[in-house]
Amino acid sequence: MKFPVRFLVPAIAFAVLVAFFFVGLQREPGRIPSPFIGKPAPTFSLESLGDPAWKVGTADFSGRPWLLNVWATWCVGCRDEHEALLAIARQNRVPIMGLNWRDDRALALRWLAQLGNPYVSVAYDPEGRTAIDWGVYGAPETFLIDSGGRVVKKHIGPLTMEAWESEFLPLLTFAEGRK
Amino acid sequence: MIPELGHFALILALLLSVAQAVFGLAGGARSNTAWMAASRSAVVGQFVFTALAFGTLAWAFIQRDFSVLYVATNSHSELPLFYRVAAVWGAHEGSLLLWSLCLAAWTLAVAAGSKALEAPFRSRVLGFLGLISIGFQLFMLTTSNPFKRLIPAASEGLDLNPLLQDFALAVHPPILYLGYVGFSVAFAFACATLLEGRLDAAWARWTRPWTLAAWLFLTIGIALGSWWAYYELGWGGWWFWDPVENASFMPWLAGTALIHSLAVTEKRGLFKSWTLLLAVSAFSLSLLGTFLVRSGVLISVHAFATDPKRGIFILAFLTIVIGGALLLFAWRAPRLRSSAAFEPTSRESFLLLNNAFLIAALSLILLGTLYPLFIDALELGKVTVGAPWFNLMFLVPMLPLLALLGVGMHAAWKRGLLGTAKYRLYAIAGIGIAGSLLVGGAAYGDIRPMTTLGFALALWVMLSSLAMPWARIRARQPLPAAALGMVIAHFGVGLTTLGITGVQSFKVEKDFALGVGESAQIAGYDFKLAALRDVQGMNFIGVEADVVVSREGSPVTVLHPQKRLYNSGGNPMTEAGIEVGAARDLFAALGDQLGQGRWSMRLQYKPLIRYIWLGAILIALGGLVAALDRRYRAPVQARAGEAVVPVAQ
Repeated sequence: MKFPVRFLVPAIAFAVLVAFFFVGLQREPGRIPSPFIGKPAPTFSLESLGDPAWKVGTADFSGRPWLLNVWATWCVGCRDEHEALLAIARQNRVPIMGLNWRDDRALALRWLAQLGNPYVSVAYDPEGRTAIDWGVYGAPETFLIDSGGRVVKKHIGPLTMEAWESEFLPLLTFAEGRK
Repeated sequence: MIPELGHFALILALLLSVAQAVFGLAGGARSNTAWMAASRSAVVGQFVFTALAFGTLAWAFIQRDFSVLYVATNSHSELPLFYRVAAVWGAHEGSLLLWSLCLAAWTLAVAAGSKALEAPFRSRVLGFLGLISIGFQLFMLTTSNPFKRLIPAASEGLDLNPLLQDFALAVHPPILYLGYVGFSVAFAFACATLLEGRLDAAWARWTRPWTLAAWLFLTIGIALGSWWAYYELGWGGWWFWDPVENASFMPWLAGTALIHSLAVTEKRGLFKSWTLLLAVSAFSLSLLGTFLVRSGVLISVHAFATDPKRGIFILAFLTIVIGGALLLFAWRAPRLRSSAAFEPTSRESFLLLNNAFLIAALSLILLGTLYPLFIDALELGKVTVGAPWFNLMFLVPMLPLLALLGVGMHAAWKRGLLGTAKYRLYAIAGIGIAGSLLVGGAAYGDIRPMTTLGFALALWVMLSSLAMPWARIRARQPLPAAALGMVIAHFGVGLTTLGITGVQSFKVEKDFALGVGESAQIAGYDFKLAALRDVQGMNFIGVEADVVVSREGSPVTVLHPQKRLYNSGGNPMTEAGIEVGAARDLFAALGDQLGQGRWSMRLQYKPLIRYIWLGAILIALGGLVAALDRRYRAPVQARAGEAVVPVAQ
C-alpha cells in the first residue's frame, strides 16, 4: 500500500509551527534592544516627584555611574522589583534615580510612602516625553549609565537580585573606572 | 507544615499519573486485567492527591499564610474570604494546579462513567489521559511550584490583582478550564482509537456526550469572560480579539466542528479520519492557548508572569503531545475508510460545509493571532493585527455558515431536502428579510446593507430552529433530547447574531467632561452628573457618581459608576454603572479627574447587547440537553440496523 502523504500534512504543519514558536521564544518579542547601548544617555531635566519647584535630571550625576529605573504605580512588574530595588539601594554602591512614567503624582508619592523609597531622586514624567527619548518600551525598565554618561546596560522587566548580581555588578565594576 | 503536605501530595499525584499512564497503556496493549485495574486505581489516587494539593493551597490562602510565596504575592489580609479562595487560581502557579485538578476530575469521570466500553480501549484512554497529567504535574513541580516558601514570611501580602476581584472573573477560570481540559477526553478517545485502528458508530456515540460537556463549559467560560470585559474594563467592549480571547475561541470553534462531525460519524460512518483529526485538534488548540498565554511569546493584555524557562517546557510538552498524536494520526488514520454515498442537499453535505466554514474561521483567527510572531521570527519587523482585521475576516466564513445553518437542520440524512421542508424554508426566509427591514427601519430608523443582512440571518436562524420541532410535533414524530438540544443551541446562535448586529450597527459611545450638575446627551438620552461622593469598601476607597438618566424629560434610571483605589495600591479600577434592559443597556463609566471638579465620563448606549450573552447561555444549555440524551447512556452493543463498520484493509 502506498503511504498516503496527505495524512502527514497536519503533522508537518505542526512541525513548522513549533519551529516558529521556538524561534519566537528565543527572541522574546518584548525585548527590543536599546539603540542607546554605548551611546551618550539622552539628557533631561524634569520636575521632581516630591516637589514640582525642584528640577532633577541627568546633570545631577555627572562623573559617576547611576541607575535610571522607569516605574509607575499602575505597573505590576514594578511592584515585583521593588524589594530588589530597595536591596540595591541599601548596598549603597550606585545611586538610583526613578523616572515616574505616565503616572499620578499623589498615587506615586503614596506608593513610595507605603513600600519604601529606593531612589535618591524621582523625575516626574506624566506625559512620557522623556521616556520616549530613552526608548522606553514598557515599565519597568532599568538603565545603567556609566561615569562618562553612556548607557551601558538596559534591563527590561522586573529587576531581580540575580539579574543585578550577574548582569549589572560586573558592568558596574567596569563602569566605575570608565571616565 | 500544611504547604509541605500539599507539595508532597502533588509529588504523589505525579507518581500515580505515571502508574496510570504505564499500566493503562501497557494493560490495554496486553489485555492484562490486573494492570488495567491498577491503572483505574491510580486514577482515583491521582484525583485524591491532586485535590488534596489544591485543598492545602486553598487552606494557605484562607489562613493568610504569607510564608508561602504564591499566597504572599496574590493575597492580602484585607481580601474578603470569597476572593481569597478565588485567588488560588489568580496567577500562574495556582491556575496550573486548578488545570491539573480539572484534568483529574475528568479522568475520574471517564473511569467511572465508561464501564460499558471495552476494557482495553478504556484502559488506553486512561493511559493517554495519564500522559497529559504527567506533563502538567511535572511542569508545576519543576518550574511553577505553588507551595514555595517565602523565608522570612511577608508581614503583608501584595494583594490579588484588583481586576480579578470580581465575581464573574472569580468563576471564569474554573469553568473555562473545565472546557479546555474536557477536550482531553475526546483527545484520549481519538488516540486510543487510532492505536486500535478501529472506529465504529459506538465510538462516536461514546465521544459525543464528553465532547458536548467540555464544549458547553467552554461556551459558558468564554461568555463569562466577554461579559466581565464589558462591565469591568470600563470600555464597554465585549470582544477584543486579544490573543488570550482567541486562545479560548479557537478550541471552541474546533470543538463546535467536532460536535457536528461526530454526528455524521455516528449516524452514517463517514468523515472518520476527519473527526479524529478534529478531536486531536480541539485539545491541541487548548494546549496551544496555554502556551501562548504563559510563554510570553505573544504580547497580551492578559499576560501572566512570563518566564522563558516555562515557555521552553510547555513547547517541549506541546511537541510531544500534539506531535505524537498527529504522527499517530498519519500512521493509523489511512486505515480507516469511510465509504457511503450522499446527495448534495443531504444533511451530510450541510455538515461538511459547516465544518469547512468553522475551520476556515478557525484558520483565519489562528493566522491573525500568530502573524505578528511569524513576521518577527522572519525578521520582517514588528506588527500587530488589530480588531478591524478580525472583525472583517471572521464575517467571511460566518455569513454563509449562518445562511446554511437554517437549511441544514431541515435536511434529511443521505437523501436530499424534502418537498414540504423546502416551502417552509422559503416562507421563513421571506419572513426573515421582511422582519429585518422592519427592525432596522422602524426601531432604529436606519436601513443599511450589513445591518439588514445581520438581522435577516438572525431571524432566519431563529425561526428555522423553531420550525424544526414544530414540524416534528405536528407530524407526531418524536423529538429526542439530542435534537431538542440542537434546536436550543441553534436558536441561541440566532440570538447572539441578533445582539452582535444590534450593538455593532447602532451603538453610541462618547466621552464627555462633566462637572456636578452638568449633563450630556447620547442616543436621545440625557445623562446628568447629579452628585459625587466618597465610598469605602472592605478593601478599597473610591468615588461614586450619581448619573441621572432621563429621556424626553421623564426619568429612566440612576446609574452609579465608581472609581476605586484598592488599599494595596495599584491602578485605579473602574466600576461601570449599567442599566440593563431588553432593548438596550445604558452605560456610564468614570474616567479621570480633570480638575475644577470635572471628570471625564464615558457614556454608552448599547442596543440589544444582552442577547449576545443570552444566546451564549442558550447555546450552552442546548449542549447540556443534548449531552443528557438517553441514547448516549445506552449499552455499547451495536443496535439493530446500525452496522459496526469494520476496518477495510
